[in-house]
Amino acid sequence: MLAFRRGESGGAMEVFLQQLINGVTLGSIYGLIAIGYTMVYGIIGMVNFAHGDVFMLSAFIALLILLLLTQMLGLGAAPAFIVAMGASMALTALWNYAIERVAYRRLRGSFRLAPLISAIGMSTFLANFVTVTQGPNNKSIPPMWDQVITLTSGGAYDVTLSYRQILIVAVTGVLLAAFWFVVQKTPLGRAQRACEQDAKMAALLGVDVNRTVALTFVIGAALAAVAGSLYLLQYGVVKSTDGFVPGVKAFTAAVLGGIGSLPGAVLGGLLIGLIETLWGQYFSSDYKDVAAFSVLAVTLIFMPSGLMGRPDVEKV
Amino acid sequence: MARLEKISSALREAALATLIVAGLGFPIIAYRAEPDFNNALALLGRWPLFFQFCLAAFALRFALAFWRGGAAKAPIRERLWRSPRWLGPAALIALVVYPLAVVGLLGPQAALKWVDTYGVQILIYVLLGWGLNITVGLAGLLDLGYAAFYAVGAYAYALLAPATGLGFWALLPVCGLLAAFWGFCIGFPILRLRGDYLAIVTLAFAEIVRIVLTNWDVVTHGEAGLFGFPGLNFFGLPFIPGPRGFAAHAGLPFAGVHKLIFLYYLVLILALAANLVSLRLRRLPLGRAWEALREDEIACRALGLDTANIKLTAFALGAFFAGVAGCLFALRQGFVSPSAFTFSESALILAIVVLGGGGSQLGVAVAAVFLVGASEALREITFLKSVFGEGFDPAQYRMLLVGLAMVAMMNLRPRGLVSTREPTIKLPAGKIAAETAS
Repeated sequence: MLAFRRGESGGAMEVFLQQLINGVTLGSIYGLIAIGYTMVYGIIGMVNFAHGDVFMLSAFIALLILLLLTQMLGLGAAPAFIVAMGASMALTALWNYAIERVAYRRLRGSFRLAPLISAIGMSTFLANFVTVTQGPNNKSIPPMWDQVITLTSGGAYDVTLSYRQILIVAVTGVLLAAFWFVVQKTPLGRAQRACEQDAKMAALLGVDVNRTVALTFVIGAALAAVAGSLYLLQYGVVKSTDGFVPGVKAFTAAVLGGIGSLPGAVLGGLLIGLIETLWGQYFSSDYKDVAAFSVLAVTLIFMPSGLMGRPDVEKV
Repeated sequence: MARLEKISSALREAALATLIVAGLGFPIIAYRAEPDFNNALALLGRWPLFFQFCLAAFALRFALAFWRGGAAKAPIRERLWRSPRWLGPAALIALVVYPLAVVGLLGPQAALKWVDTYGVQILIYVLLGWGLNITVGLAGLLDLGYAAFYAVGAYAYALLAPATGLGFWALLPVCGLLAAFWGFCIGFPILRLRGDYLAIVTLAFAEIVRIVLTNWDVVTHGEAGLFGFPGLNFFGLPFIPGPRGFAAHAGLPFAGVHKLIFLYYLVLILALAANLVSLRLRRLPLGRAWEALREDEIACRALGLDTANIKLTAFALGAFFAGVAGCLFALRQGFVSPSAFTFSESALILAIVVLGGGGSQLGVAVAAVFLVGASEALREITFLKSVFGEGFDPAQYRMLLVGLAMVAMMNLRPRGLVSTREPTIKLPAGKIAAETAS
């Protein structure tokens, strides 16, 4: 089958496989960011517009700590990266905690658009804060773990799987499993689901709503920081405006999967990653963002509850 | 004794705040990654700046906890600030006299900057703010893609002027109508959507428009943009030196500022027209319906209002003024490129409306003058350069402050956006006036 295809179409199958691998890698990163959107939307019904910029900020924190460890303390690349990712998770969580406290907490009872406008302000602030403190240019690091496993060879095109990609998908998988456990089996997860269903009732029954919401932001930020570190690892470059487009795409993933649904967010992330890479390969790489934005518009217009979400009934 | 306790509790609060700020600022403020001569990233330490931030956080939190701690938070006073009757006419006279006064005082050459940057540019933003105010402030539809309609107007002029040979008088309404048509087209599929989803879809559409403008090289010349299209003329008289130009006919020595003064009055008239239209429409059933829609869509539908029509007119009319503003932008700049119509442009216009207190005409104008004018003014001050270094660019700080201001506005005055009926004005420093929350 493979030999036949190779002879016939000049490695079309290989190209497709390679793009599939790349798409899944990218999709894992989108999925991790999408969880932050979907959880926050689930619990307080707010589009956390600044989440993409939190992701960008986390990549910068990871970058700086990575440089700090490798240059000043002389650590090897691999342990330095792991420490940097951990530190970025902690510090980004602190950032998102502070953001929630300052920008969103007081708006929970306000009119529906108030948190969104506040989040847009926060997003603008974060992007420009990083521009001001770190400069507007690209920051690139030398590639790490770029050994590859060759899956097929001898054809027109070698399909490869890099250690990086394996790491990214593996980390995503492990974190999702851990996270799934937290939401399904722990008191925090129970409180979260209770607040999601009815925050007032949950408060009456002794759930500390403020604490639960704050923890939701903290967890979302920690996952975004993992995504930010992995993004830095995979693409080796980050700049201060990098929050916006991945943020919108991850939000698209959350909406496509059904906002409020965790498996939906991951599924949506993978789908968006695949759509984007395949579109870039087979149609036009200039217009690859159009694919994601169109998916966003079409999903919101025609199936706002997404693939795995519950329909949102507005009560009067 | 109580005083000592107060101090110690304030100290605790301040220490906590300092710790949080230290955590937030640790790598991102304390270090900066810059490429060195090998093009590899190197870290530059900025610990003094970091400690300044920590110190500021400590001092602020301590002061806050010491003077306000313990006592229950005083409710924010809702003071009504009605603009005096003379303010409108006085502002109008000042605006009419402004370019002539500047030319008279500084001479035609030095006045260029004042008429162009501080006059025309700010007025275009006022026009954009009043246009978006119809969609966001009156009808309550959050449009995050307003720059797309602005782009449609600018590109419509830049493409149609050389292609059709029509002058800008003919193309001005065409630009507006094209943008309104786009507003209608984008508004149509999203009629059913709720507020926040609607906002996101407008954002998606605007990004698609921008990507198409960037990549459709054959028509838009991509990033390079369009230039060389015909500029402004004075009822057929071009602004050029020589006997055929406006200056020769008017019996004046040629000066570049003539064109800008003409453009200034043109923008002023159009902005005032936009103002008049939205003020009058608010008294018509359509305007009342917009405000009713903003307050409660379900009640609107229950009362038999056609929400689809109401939303579409709000979208289309807002887009119309953006198209007109886009045409004026093309005339002012002399070239258009997609980089002028990014999301941050939409965010800036939205910030003008939000900080202006939505629904308030004067507030929007004041916010536009403040946001656009202040950053231009900051650019002038050489003193700041010596403090912050040569690379200091206030435009970066502008958007940073705009972001913070939007957050502050929503947290301190969220009702400003929805509950004002009469035109009110929002001033900084707590003197914000609005009708008491309804």
